[in-house]
Amino acid sequence: MIEIACAIAFVAISAAMLLCLYRALVGPDMPTRILALDTLTINAIGLVVLAGIYWGTGLYFEVALLFAMVGFLTTVAYCKYILRGNVME
Amino acid sequence: MTDFGDIVVAALICLGAFFLFVGSLGLAKLPDLMRRLHGPTKATTLGIGATLIASMLYFLLKGNALSIQELLITTFLFLTAPVTALMVAKAHLLLDKSERKNLPPTGREVGWSVFDAPGPTPQPEDSKQS
Repeated sequence: MIEIACAIAFVAISAAMLLCLYRALVGPDMPTRILALDTLTINAIGLVVLAGIYWGTGLYFEVALLFAMVGFLTTVAYCKYILRGNVME
Repeated sequence: MTDFGDIVVAALICLGAFFLFVGSLGLAKLPDLMRRLHGPTKATTLGIGATLIASMLYFLLKGNALSIQELLITTFLFLTAPVTALMVAKAHLLLDKSERKNLPPTGREVGWSVFDAPGPTPQPEDSKQS
């Protein structure tokens, strides 16, 4: 049963990532693209955790944690670049 | 692994995937950035939360010890999601000139912090409220 649920969730999260990619490509201004990239990272975290459940290993949690940290850092760096003109002051 | 735990884990996986999809659908479908900000919030809290609870329950029922990394990921995401939303909203307010006249007055001698310097310094002309 868990395998079927994982298959459904893989399809749903892949569709969600395609929607985020559409918004990141089409999005009219720059903060929309940043928000779309952040949502893409969150969907990637969900996908990695699901892969850990599907293959039954606890090896992927470090990958998910790294995705969370790097996604947050890149979002904040992009927004700081818009707000202040550079990243490190 | 009992049958009941199996059903609960599968239901939590489906719930998390549903909320992740709904969050991205809201991001792609809503017309404005301030409205688009609401979609990924649900994806972060409910979608990732349900998926990580499902993962924690699965590895607990499989016989391994309770793993702490899921709690770490959940805590980190819940701490960073408001900061991300605030930064994106501030960048949007800075770039979009039409939003500025919709802002209410601050009620002090200092204007909004994205546009004006902190402290009672002389303000630029377009941010004076009176």
